[in-house]
Amino acid sequence: MADLTTEFLGIKSPNPFWLASAPPTDKEYNVRRAFEAGWGGVVWKTLGEDPPVVNVNGPRYGAIWGADRRLLGLNNIELITDRSLQTNLEEITRVKKDYPDRAVIVSLMVPCEEQAWKTILPLVEATGADGVELNFGCPHGMSERGMGSAVGQVPEYIEMVTRWVKENSSLPCIVKLTPNITDIRKPAAAAKRGGADAVSLINTINSITSVNLDLFAPEPTIDGKGAHGGYCGPAVKPIALNMVAEIARDPELQGLPISGIGGVTTWKDAAEFIALGCGNVQVCTAAMTYGFKVVQEMISGLSDYLDDKGFASVEEFVGRAVPNVSDWQHLNLNYIAKARIDQDLCISCGRCFAACEDTSHQAIAMKPGRVFEVKDDECVACNLCVNVCPVEDCITMVQLEPGQVDERTGKVVQPEYANWTTHPNNPGAVKAAE
Amino acid sequence: MAGNVFAEGVSAGRLDSEELLRNFGDLHPPLDDHEALVAADRCYFCHDAPCMEACPTSIDIPLFIRQIATGTPDAAAKTIFNQNILGGMCARVCPTEQLCEEVCVREVAEHKPVEIGRLQRYATDGLMAKGQHPFTRGEPTGKRIAVVGAGPAGLSCAHRLAMKGHDVVLYDARPKAGGLNEYGIAAYKTVEGFAQAEVDWLLKIGGITVENEKALGRDITLDGLKSDYDAVFLGLGLGGVNALGLDGEDREGMAPATDFIAELRQAPDLGALPVGRDVVVIGGGMTAIDAAVQSKLLGALNVTLVYRRGRDRMNASVFEQDLAASKGVRIITNASPVAVHGNGAVREVEFEYTDNDLKPTGQRFRVPADQVFKAIGQTLTGEGLPEIQDRKIKVSETGRTSLDGVWAGGDCASGGDDLTVTAVAEGRDAAEDIHAALMG
Ligand SMILES: Cc1cc2nc3c(=O)[nH]c(=O)nc-3n(C[C@H](O)[C@H](O)[C@H](O)COP(=O)(O)OP(=O)(O)OC[C@H]3O[C@@H](n4cnc5c(N)ncnc54)[C@H](O)[C@@H]3O)c2cc1C
Ligand SMILES: Cc1cc2nc3c(=O)[nH]c(=O)nc-3n(C[C@H](O)[C@H](O)[C@H](O)COP(=O)(O)O)c2cc1C
Ligand code: SF4
Repeated sequence: MADLTTEFLGIKSPNPFWLASAPPTDKEYNVRRAFEAGWGGVVWKTLGEDPPVVNVNGPRYGAIWGADRRLLGLNNIELITDRSLQTNLEEITRVKKDYPDRAVIVSLMVPCEEQAWKTILPLVEATGADGVELNFGCPHGMSERGMGSAVGQVPEYIEMVTRWVKENSSLPCIVKLTPNITDIRKPAAAAKRGGADAVSLINTINSITSVNLDLFAPEPTIDGKGAHGGYCGPAVKPIALNMVAEIARDPELQGLPISGIGGVTTWKDAAEFIALGCGNVQVCTAAMTYGFKVVQEMISGLSDYLDDKGFASVEEFVGRAVPNVSDWQHLNLNYIAKARIDQDLCISCGRCFAACEDTSHQAIAMKPGRVFEVKDDECVACNLCVNVCPVEDCITMVQLEPGQVDERTGKVVQPEYANWTTHPNNPGAVKAAE
Repeated sequence: MAGNVFAEGVSAGRLDSEELLRNFGDLHPPLDDHEALVAADRCYFCHDAPCMEACPTSIDIPLFIRQIATGTPDAAAKTIFNQNILGGMCARVCPTEQLCEEVCVREVAEHKPVEIGRLQRYATDGLMAKGQHPFTRGEPTGKRIAVVGAGPAGLSCAHRLAMKGHDVVLYDARPKAGGLNEYGIAAYKTVEGFAQAEVDWLLKIGGITVENEKALGRDITLDGLKSDYDAVFLGLGLGGVNALGLDGEDREGMAPATDFIAELRQAPDLGALPVGRDVVVIGGGMTAIDAAVQSKLLGALNVTLVYRRGRDRMNASVFEQDLAASKGVRIITNASPVAVHGNGAVREVEFEYTDNDLKPTGQRFRVPADQVFKAIGQTLTGEGLPEIQDRKIKVSETGRTSLDGVWAGGDCASGGDDLTVTAVAEGRDAAEDIHAALMG
């Protein structure tokens, strides 16, 4: 079994699985049980100034499910901790003392005034916590009070607050980013300028999960009304992965440590975040759906993966996929593939036919006896048939070797790499010197 | 176990009422909402789906399942009823393992088809429970049509005709409408009076007058109907039964399986229905299986089903055979009856083993029996019917007989399997043809 010990900003934890700042890390009782279950670290539920906020007394979560009620996406309108600062600080102190080998990060959100940060930071340091995370992400409730994503959406504020934190504390500082912006690199760069030691992302995405068609109100509904909430869980992973990749491959942000968050549900999700440059991951919805025990699958899965690949540590594959994240214009246009249907695996459902015939390139023939075959002279290798086929590996994309003829274009496949920037159809193409 | 299961002879009350209730409960319990969603999610929404082609009534199965999956089961029910107005009964009695589910791509791939039958029941039950009838009659056409036989074929034909605006008189020899839905189908497939409830629901379309206990050849004649109505549809089913042709065939305790089943279906109290301790059923089709299983469920101690050819030649599906075996019915194949023994009432049936070509082997054995059910096929009965072909009324694709203005469908007509769903399809198609013929 591989050793999963990771060091993030010099903070050691037995594995890269931290619980994100949220209900699972809301109090001592939870966190102790989480550590017993095996979690490597926690980011404590966001602390604020006293008097504490109050939460709604009606439903605060909404969800999207698959047919068998598998939870695919969760939405919430919960605020930061609704318990007093003192209570939280005392609990953090006790927990850290009893679990010195686990990471304990304290998430913070106080008003945009330096004094507020000057006041809270020494109190946090006194708990023995390993670092702070600045919650610039919460998209509901707190943002209406000029905190959370209201800060996270203005790079100048991020920079300013981050600088206050760095000037008033020696603790490692993680800035948690909101995805509710157009270019994630801007707030990340601001955090870096302000002196952040790392960024974590994503926080939740503005969302309305559903509309009650009898009440004509968003769900969850409280006294006939609903407010947008923050979306998280498996559904947000693709968005989070892209944002992580944007930061990881930005030359200016090179080397800025990332803690990956958003839809991590299995070891594989975590490994994907890590391959895209995250030093560790944080998990909320998976724990809220299945309980703390899920971490055991994450640990065994990641460990098997490391063993399989021959990696000695998690560190070894951090960012391995980053160099292969490219812009569209640099993709090789001389790479030509065709769909191939494995007739032994085919169950003749005809979904590939319907999809290709109705919405793609009319490149699949339906033959007598429900036999489906790809027409190489029409197939553009779009991959839609692969995506809609219910049988794994039944349809695959097979690359044409250089020298073979692409029946669709009648041209011989060229061995060299050529992309859009030099393509004759590109008005702005860089012409090779005559 | 009640005390008198061992009682010899044919006697009532072998099991207590609780056990009977359990035995004759729903064979396939209905899906609840969540189960239906999960079952529906397994459908791949195949292009030009094989299941649809395998359904004799061509229900748009992928569409109705998708309608269930998206939370609109009533729309699903309408999709079903559009093609098959007895979709509720068919969902219960269709041998889906030989029809839609047999060709489901998931059956082919993983031997676990989408549960089409149960999903169909889920959708149709839901709409029917609301008491809603999803169709309205067209403008009155002034045409009058006689439908003889209120089984699946006649009901389906009558409904389609009424929908088109024609006036229909539906004659049936029996006291209740429904045909074999009411008098034949196994009790555990159509519990809680579903057959009559379905007939009542179907008749809500309006324009159909039911005349029970009016038999063709006794109370009415084909010539009379032809002159009184614009068209006639015959859905007579198969009223007669084949005989074994043995001495002692009419000994006490010997009966056609269909009579026993009809009696069972009509019995107000199953505990009062007598059944033998040792029951022998002769035959290899659905009727034989149903008679055997229901004897067993009534409390018969030993039930033996004997079929003259091999297992693979049995008309009853593998599912039905397995059902019988699981209920404790002993199945003997490759044996033909040669004699019925007894002193007054039947005591034993003697069989001889036969090879697959029915050649006797000379090896004989006897099976104790105090009740014997014959289920070796039903036949068309009646005189003055249109031209007969292979013992059934000869019909065209759309049900036209040799007589002008007379259509036929269901078990009594040539072509198609003897199944509820086939009868529904034939009745419906004949109605469409009658409509086209009358309206020009
Ligand atoms: C025991 C048994 C079990 C079966 N189980 C199944 C099953 O599980 N699934 C399945 O798909 N199929 C099953 N079948 C077959 C199915 O019941 C028939 O295929 C179907 O009922 C045929 O419908 P029909 O309308 O043609 O005839 P029937 O249902 O037989 O209806 C004919 C009607 O015509 C009436 N009639 C007859 N003669 C006259 C007359 N002279 N005048 C007036 N009325 C008359 C009868 O009273 C009857 O109501 C079973 C059959 C039997 C016997
Ligand atoms: C109910 C709930 C409350 C949350 N509260 C906080 C919070 O107080 N502070 C914070 O930084 N993030 C908060 N989050 C966001 C999570 O920490 C995390 O960023 C987000 O849920 C995405 O991760 P996931 O897909 O694993 O859930 C909350 C999320 C949920 C579901
Ligand atoms: S890859 Fe696209 S174009 Fe080619 S066969 Fe599949 S769906 Fe059609």
